[in-house]
Amino acid sequence: MAIAFDRDRGMAMLSLMVRSRLFEQKVEALFSSHEMHGTTHLAIGQEAVHAGVSPALDPNDWIVTTHRCHGHTLAKGSSVEAMLAEFFGLSNGLAKGLGGSMHLLDLEHHNAGSSAVVGSGVALATGMALQLKRMDSPNLVVAFFGDGASNRGVVHESMNMASIWGLPVLFLCEHNLYGMSSCADEMVSVDSIAKRGVAYGIESSSVDGNDIEVVYAAVQDAAAYIHKEGKPYLLETKTYRFSGHSKNDQRVYRTREEERVWSQKDPIKILRDRMVSRGHLTEEEFKRLEVQEQAVLDDIAEHLIKQRHELTLDEAYSYMYADGGSR
Amino acid sequence: MRKLSYREAIREAMVEEMARDEQVVVIGEDVGCYGGCFKVTPGLIERFGTRQVIETPVSEEGLVGVAVGAAMMGMRPIVEIMYGDFSTLAADPIINHAAKMSFMTAGQVSVPMVYRTPMGSGTGAAAQHTQSLEVLFTNVPGLKVIYAATPADAKGLLKSAVRDPGPVIFLEHKLYGTEDIVPEGEYTIPIGQADIKRQGTDVTIVTYGKTVFTAFEAAQILEDDEVSVELVDLRTLRPLDTATILASVRKTGRVVVVHEAPGFGGFAGEVIAQIVEDPATFAALRAPVARVCGKELPTPFNKTLEMQLPPSPHAIVDAVLALFPSAV
Ligand SMILES: Cc1ncc(C[n+]2csc(CCOP(=O)(O)OP(=O)(O)O)c2C)c(N)n1
Ligand SMILES: [Mg+2]
Repeated sequence: MAIAFDRDRGMAMLSLMVRSRLFEQKVEALFSSHEMHGTTHLAIGQEAVHAGVSPALDPNDWIVTTHRCHGHTLAKGSSVEAMLAEFFGLSNGLAKGLGGSMHLLDLEHHNAGSSAVVGSGVALATGMALQLKRMDSPNLVVAFFGDGASNRGVVHESMNMASIWGLPVLFLCEHNLYGMSSCADEMVSVDSIAKRGVAYGIESSSVDGNDIEVVYAAVQDAAAYIHKEGKPYLLETKTYRFSGHSKNDQRVYRTREEERVWSQKDPIKILRDRMVSRGHLTEEEFKRLEVQEQAVLDDIAEHLIKQRHELTLDEAYSYMYADGGSR
Repeated sequence: MRKLSYREAIREAMVEEMARDEQVVVIGEDVGCYGGCFKVTPGLIERFGTRQVIETPVSEEGLVGVAVGAAMMGMRPIVEIMYGDFSTLAADPIINHAAKMSFMTAGQVSVPMVYRTPMGSGTGAAAQHTQSLEVLFTNVPGLKVIYAATPADAKGLLKSAVRDPGPVIFLEHKLYGTEDIVPEGEYTIPIGQADIKRQGTDVTIVTYGKTVFTAFEAAQILEDDEVSVELVDLRTLRPLDTATILASVRKTGRVVVVHEAPGFGGFAGEVIAQIVEDPATFAALRAPVARVCGKELPTPFNKTLEMQLPPSPHAIVDAVLALFPSAV
């Protein structure tokens, strides 16, 4: 069931979604102008899942993300500056420039990082939950994974372990219809990944991932279940990535018509319109919000572009072994 | 004389083999309309259809295992795995099954599978997408391991790999756009033969894969120092063409082995062991053996750091010059 945000919560969530969208667009622009290198995976269109998950949970709950991790990292509270610095490979980045865009982490904000080997992070999240349980922690771990990654054996193995051991894991499937070019209709044997839960004795549900009020409520319900029952939960959020898979994706595997239909379910637009109709927001205020968020981003990016604080090779070496020891 | 890129040469080999034998089937993630992660397979599904091009879910362990099973029944799968790093996921069907099938069944069952995957850094894709993991495979008896550098070698060797009755690991570098001359028409290159890419008299550089180009650059720089480099491109790591390596080192008396993978426990150690274990070659050495390898470090995302990881032409030049103490 959806909940209706009050004005403050609505504004907070809308700002976060707008920041996430503008962040992605900024990154896209910086890649096209070759100011950033490597590759990147944008999640434009999936903002309701970014803002609807971590903010709905206890700040001390943990997340483990995927290659498409920018929005989740923002939603967990990371600074835009530390994130963008990582994309630029700078030593003031979240991982001092060693990880890059697919490996954002922020321990202070209980973001344990992401695996770019899709699906593998689900096992790590399950292990984190095992330790939380052993130590009688009241917190849980969110294991993000995509529809594509749901086909990795390790995801299934992890669900089974979480179930038999009663671990506090929120398996959060971000179902955006595609894994790279392959459509879930052809790659996943069931129409809803939530159905996987039955096989592992895990309670599950599937919700509209473009409606933040729905996602937010579902996440809170799932967390309440996990705490009360001492069991994991599988939540599927159905959404769509408006962007290509990674940079240079011509999107030959889907039609412009399909994209147009989904664009009408733009998660930002849905919340904005709802807030306007509730009298919580004016078009003017929304415009101002966008302009403000954009200005902050532009400032940070502009000042980072001029920086060149990079680790030296020797400093990089010092992180290879946990004891800082010899090569 | 026509030129093809590395990726076009690999594609041409697949197209020719798929047209020749309908049992040759390309299997992998996003190998259909998307054309594969590094765009090696465009056009295949349009031409050969879903009987010969099978797109799979993100299930590396499963899909390679499925390819092994299909191969046991007569299919000749060419598996494409997006990044060599994911070989760690596919290790069970390759290492525990395909590699041992012929042996464990006393020759009754074989696995005519080709496992294609790219390795190496330089793409800004950070630590989990840039490793050089060839030694995962070279230490496993029962596997043949190819690592071609040039488009022409890639084409000829891939065709041989497809026709081989057992499992063949076919490693690719990521300089897919590199163009070079590729002979017209049908040809194969036998597995297990190194190629002397450049004749020389003073020092042998042994390498394979992407660092063939790095070594080539080093050889050109060394011309100015009047050092004549013989460049041996292994092309196949297992079975290793020891005869060609030994003959070259006996001729030049000096050897530097180069690869991008870290040196510790790396393939260079094996090449050097082969050289020093052979009494005649050992006796012919006029300087200690040397190797220039990738740094002992996971790949950093930061570009400046990433670029310092693989052997540079200058590091090779320095290593070579160090073998001529009097000349320095
Ligand atoms: C184990 C593994 N196989 C393949 C890849 C290459 N790859 C990167 S993203 C991706 C698609 C993943 O799809 P999904 O899980 O649905 O996540 P989405 O990209 O839609 O966010 C693939 C196949 C990978 N990173 N890891
Ligand atoms: Mg997906």
